Amino acid sequence: MTSTKQDPVLVVLQLSGGNDILNTLVPYNDPLYIDNRPNVRIPTDQVIPINDKLGFNPNMAPLKPLWDDGKMAIVQGVGYPNPNRSHFRSMDIWHTCEPDKIAEEGWLGRAIRDLDPNKENVLTGVNFGRGLPRALAAPGVPVASVGSLETYGVLTSIEQEEKRSEALNIFSRMYSPTMGQGPVFDYLSQNGMDALTGADILATAPAKYSSSVEYGASSTSQYMRNIAQVHCAGLGTRILYTTAPYNSFDTHATQMTAHANLITDVSTMVTDFYADLKEHNASENVLLLVFTEFGRRVHDNGSGTDHGSGGAAFLFGDKVKGGLYGEYPSLEADKLLDGDLHFNNDFRGLYATILEDWLGLDAQPIVNGNFEKMDFIAK
Amino acid sequence: MAENDIQLMAHLMRRAGFGASYEELERRAAKGYEETVEELLHPEDQPDVTMDVMRRYMHGWRDMNSVMSNQAYWTYRMVNSSRQLEEKLCLLWHGIFCVGDSKCMAANQILIQLNNFRKDGMGSFENLLMGLSKDPAMLYYLDNQLSHKEAVNENWGRELLELFSMGVGMDEHPNYSEDDVKSCAEAFTGWTIGNAIPRYPYGRYNNSFLYNQYDHSDENKTFLGESGNFNGDDIVKIIAKQPATARFIARHLYNYFVADEPQVPAWQTTPPRDPEAIRILENAYFDSGYEIRSMLRILFNSDFFKNARFTKVKSPAEVVIGTLRLRGDFTYPKPRIYDPALEIRYMGQDLLNPPTVEGWHTGKEWIDSGTLVERVNYTSGEMGDIDSPGIRSIIDRIAEKGDSISAEELLNGCLEMLGGYSLTEETRELLLDNAGKDGGISTKSDDFGELVGQTLQLIVSTQEYQFT
Repeated sequence: MTSTKQDPVLVVLQLSGGNDILNTLVPYNDPLYIDNRPNVRIPTDQVIPINDKLGFNPNMAPLKPLWDDGKMAIVQGVGYPNPNRSHFRSMDIWHTCEPDKIAEEGWLGRAIRDLDPNKENVLTGVNFGRGLPRALAAPGVPVASVGSLETYGVLTSIEQEEKRSEALNIFSRMYSPTMGQGPVFDYLSQNGMDALTGADILATAPAKYSSSVEYGASSTSQYMRNIAQVHCAGLGTRILYTTAPYNSFDTHATQMTAHANLITDVSTMVTDFYADLKEHNASENVLLLVFTEFGRRVHDNGSGTDHGSGGAAFLFGDKVKGGLYGEYPSLEADKLLDGDLHFNNDFRGLYATILEDWLGLDAQPIVNGNFEKMDFIAK
Repeated sequence: MAENDIQLMAHLMRRAGFGASYEELERRAAKGYEETVEELLHPEDQPDVTMDVMRRYMHGWRDMNSVMSNQAYWTYRMVNSSRQLEEKLCLLWHGIFCVGDSKCMAANQILIQLNNFRKDGMGSFENLLMGLSKDPAMLYYLDNQLSHKEAVNENWGRELLELFSMGVGMDEHPNYSEDDVKSCAEAFTGWTIGNAIPRYPYGRYNNSFLYNQYDHSDENKTFLGESGNFNGDDIVKIIAKQPATARFIARHLYNYFVADEPQVPAWQTTPPRDPEAIRILENAYFDSGYEIRSMLRILFNSDFFKNARFTKVKSPAEVVIGTLRLRGDFTYPKPRIYDPALEIRYMGQDLLNPPTVEGWHTGKEWIDSGTLVERVNYTSGEMGDIDSPGIRSIIDRIAEKGDSISAEELLNGCLEMLGGYSLTEETRELLLDNAGKDGGISTKSDDFGELVGQTLQLIVSTQEYQFT
């Protein structure tokens, strides 16, 4: 099954650290918001209202046109039972759909396996950044992890063309599958082969791209640009992933300034990305998911907020039915879960919607169960 | 002496340090294995790295304010220190007791912490934890200076338990509850940072620990089943005596020095691959009064260590420093020490700046198609430089075998000089083919050095070479 340019593509932007939903999608008229956030609150007159109860953080202004156009969906109060407040554990849960035990297979690793079971395209999934997020990991599934798109390649330190060619030949034979050397060895072999193939193809992407959109300077913004480059190059990539710098959203302290900068950065890069795709007529088959591993505590700690639960996820795309999904969690004390915002829908339902309604896959084996879907994809 | 002795010594030096040249291995094997272990365990008996000449050239190393200077400095130390285990342990503790410069923005402060790891890293674990609780970089990284009696910040309290001492759970049971986290955090309120002398006009000064009794929660707390008006040092004492702490530290030492285990979050539910070895280390923890040196002495002298050959995937630091030590590079002030320091970062290990307080994912998780390419590209590039002293002496050593040698002898010679690696049959065939395609190899010819260099380049590109 070869991919055509119009096959649905999923882009995921991970906000690591736990984005504070109360200050992102602000319940500006709720007196409990004012009471609980004496020090870490968006003043009512700065909020960009979207209805009479909720409004955007002012730094989300660049995204307002997308919201007004109906291209932006917000899934409120998303989480899972027994919320975990450890970054690593909670992010792993979002990556592996396994709240109760440690798992090594990521939902997108499985999705890539289902999208390309015969491994016809080693670039079906591409991650931008160092290391591979667990969401993309699954045994036997190649995922290119690109730290720098411009310089990606194997044995580039052997400068002489002929010698390099010879060495690459030997390399490809060394790394072709062998039997009985153990799982780590096999893992290395697989990575070597995939690197070789992927490198040659990825090298063509920057040359094919030119754009009037100027992205921000942050590393994540540049990775979003790389994602646009690879998507526009038509390499058949279906899943593209990147992460806002590790744990940057973990605003235990000085949240007012830190969070403002983060929201500005993310809002700008999403707007730029979408504009870039539109410029290349390549937006119709793209869905962007922006998620975080948990929300933050209802009451601030004096200068920031500690780990909580019940956050929100955002979706952007031409085929998104814009609007609010799920319910905004109540701030009333008796409605909280262990003192934190109570989730009202399961993230695995969010994933199931994307997997089935957007990527056309069977969600149940990927998310380990049947979860209620939402209706944010236009048919 | 026996081939085996040298290979065993290569194994020890790769694990307890960053590898060694063949000549150094011969010297150490002649001295004796147990004697070498003792030498490693007593860094204070070895001379420290001589820094005065380096500082003359590296002006930025006077103040050590930047993370780049620190990474370059640490690279230089790892290459040149005769206190190899001290540096290796410093790296271990840094990977467990994580602070990141991306938040601290005070690399000079992190260096103080690293120097404490060098000084106290082999001593009592309780002492290490106590020092950590008063370390300004750590307090700042985990927001404890913002933890107040009236508004407790749980960040330090949580990570101390989750990542620095006991871990979330053991043998499928949790080690502590959310209430314990709250009590722990309360006990550390008031443990804060004193202001440094302002930066202008004389430059950056360091912060210091400050105990603010007026901001300390002076109440009864219940922690791990004990009750009392606990302060931070009481908490550390209680933690140090927990079986969970012994287990956690034993597993970390095993994972770092013996064989790759699953990642730390899995430890609550995944048993150790060698429970007997862990038990031995746990006993050593308690018998010695929590002393890391005693645990390591038992570890390095054990069969489970000696037999654990190539059971670990090299960390980026091991890849880069190991390569530099083999090449005999950067043993004196030379420009561009920053280049290998950056390579360690590109391979996924940003020294003084781990991605999160959890540290780096190690073992097989160092590798993905991206980092594998970095490793292969870097090491093959380095091995191609046949004029470097280390490679020169490898070439000369192999040439000693005779005026004309076979492809077998060439390949085996290279593998021996690199530290006793072995390759799969298939890979051997490929490399023999490449080396011996023209029949008997003349060691006197001008091309001999190049041929050795090429063979080394191919060996370091193999899967086998990613292991230590």
